[in-house]
Amino acid sequence: MKFLPLIWSNLRRKRVRTLFTLLSILVAFLMFGYLIAVSNAFNIGVQIAGVDRLVLTNKVSIILPLPISDLERIEQVPGVTDVAHADWFGGIYQDPKNFFAQIAADPERYLRLYPEFLLPEDQKKAWMADRTGAICGKYLADRFHWKIGDRIPIMAAWQKKDGTTSWEFNLDGIYTGATPTTDTTQFIFHYKYFDESRVNGHGEVGWYIIRIAHPDQAPQIADRIDAMFANSDYETKTSTEKAFMQGFAKQVGDIGAIITAILSVVFFIILLVAGNTMMQSVRERVTELAVLKTVGFSNGLILTLVLVESLMLAAMGGLLGLGLAWLLIRRGDPTGGALPIFVMPTGSLALGMVAILLLGLATGSLPALQAMRLRVVQSLRRA
Amino acid sequence: MSPATISQSQESTAAAETAGALVRVRDVHKVYTRGSERIDVLQGVNLDVPRGDFVALMGPSGSGKTTLLNLLAGLDRPSGGTVQIGHDRIDKMGEGELARWRSHHVGFVFQLYNLLPTLTAERNVELPLLLTSLSVNERKKHVSAVLTVVGLSDRSKHYPRQLSGGQEQRVAIARAIVADPTLLLCDEPTGDLDRKSEEEILDLLQALNREHGKTIIMVTHNAHAAARARRIVYLNKGQLQSEAIQ
Repeated sequence: MKFLPLIWSNLRRKRVRTLFTLLSILVAFLMFGYLIAVSNAFNIGVQIAGVDRLVLTNKVSIILPLPISDLERIEQVPGVTDVAHADWFGGIYQDPKNFFAQIAADPERYLRLYPEFLLPEDQKKAWMADRTGAICGKYLADRFHWKIGDRIPIMAAWQKKDGTTSWEFNLDGIYTGATPTTDTTQFIFHYKYFDESRVNGHGEVGWYIIRIAHPDQAPQIADRIDAMFANSDYETKTSTEKAFMQGFAKQVGDIGAIITAILSVVFFIILLVAGNTMMQSVRERVTELAVLKTVGFSNGLILTLVLVESLMLAAMGGLLGLGLAWLLIRRGDPTGGALPIFVMPTGSLALGMVAILLLGLATGSLPALQAMRLRVVQSLRRA
Repeated sequence: MSPATISQSQESTAAAETAGALVRVRDVHKVYTRGSERIDVLQGVNLDVPRGDFVALMGPSGSGKTTLLNLLAGLDRPSGGTVQIGHDRIDKMGEGELARWRSHHVGFVFQLYNLLPTLTAERNVELPLLLTSLSVNERKKHVSAVLTVVGLSDRSKHYPRQLSGGQEQRVAIARAIVADPTLLLCDEPTGDLDRKSEEEILDLLQALNREHGKTIIMVTHNAHAAARARRIVYLNKGQLQSEAIQ
């Protein structure tokens, strides 16, 4: 502590240079925090996937349908404890940019498969009794300022038997998530209403969600189900929910790899910038360091002082950057709906701290060693 | 250190104490090599400085004055011979031991003051005390006391750039004496000052020697400055030539 004024005075020596270095570190850590949140948002489905859930889709493509009659056969497979089906509605609410997932499902089955969707009992009863009723997640309700009882019109590609494509739903319930990372962006309505009202596609569903008794048996059960539908008109592809989400996320590209590449470049540049600042800073005060050694400062102490100075610079810039990223991330999804779960994972903060420490050590090591090895007599002669 | 060396060291320490010499330099050589060239800077120097003495080291440029001063400060090592300060054979010490020894026993005053420009006068003076276990308040008291001794108590919050050359050198002297070192070593302390400031600094050094009993060894080119010392030692071509007691 007693050496702090000495270290601090060195950082204040060239204020403009320190400020610019600080800003460059700040920007790097702001990017770090923000991009981690983006990556997390893309991969959140993978992280929160249920370990006991499988997803069954058409083998050719997820956009091709499956017959609803498969449900009973899937239920019979040993190891399967529950099954639900779902359909992608793909409608537009007011404006195409208001994207969110609209799912036609059997309410009972769907809620059983997703117990993390917490819906009050009275709202659940109301929804079950209302053929054109729907529920949505809290995020979605907040986003569009919906409240229970609202009538939600959605334009869809699906034509109704009355010749229109305008579908209207009564909002009967708003579900919350069991954990902060639960997906509360879905809009779910009765499959029965959807199937009876549409002109085409009767008796077809988009995909099945299957609960299994023992997650460690997932590969065998998936193989058994796919074998059951092999050589049929609707061959299937069954995978764990995690693998399914991974495949979904990878359709956008390997976001994690792209972000890692960007951050690597940014940190490499910052390493050079901050490292150069520290090298220059030590070069400029060779005489002062020699004076400190003359006074009695040991080589080890000199090494520590320079390292602490470098760590302080990295910590100030890094913590400010992470703090700023946290504030920006708190404002929520920057895309207006495409990244609904936009949070800074706790683990990334710890990772940020480690990055700060490594940056400080990496940029300070060389100048600190240089300062430590400095010969007093030669250094004073140079002055 | 072998038992033989320890006993030899103890004997010489005892002898030095018997003789009353604080500084005891024996047959010291210092050789520098520049490429294939060998430069004998010091050639068999012997010097005794009793506690409380004020010695001026004089001689032409390149005579080895500053090299000898650096050896006495433990900033450099002799190529041969022994350097003993009080009970300590500093020519035998390692880097870490020397740093610790310097912090306890040596105050160094440079020609160009060498204050840290980013620290105030009081923070500069405090530097040697950071290596002690003194509390913040104790350090403040010590700093305030020495700034009063050098007549700069009203400039404690000033940065070096806000001080005159003479004042800077007085701060440097305060820094050199704040930890109450055994030995005060000055390398041309008035070499960069005008006549008035030079007088002030010499008055101060003389007062430190006479009133506070500080042992001072001062390298100087200036006969006027040397005249303030109790004893003048002349070095030429790396050898002690003569001594004059005043």
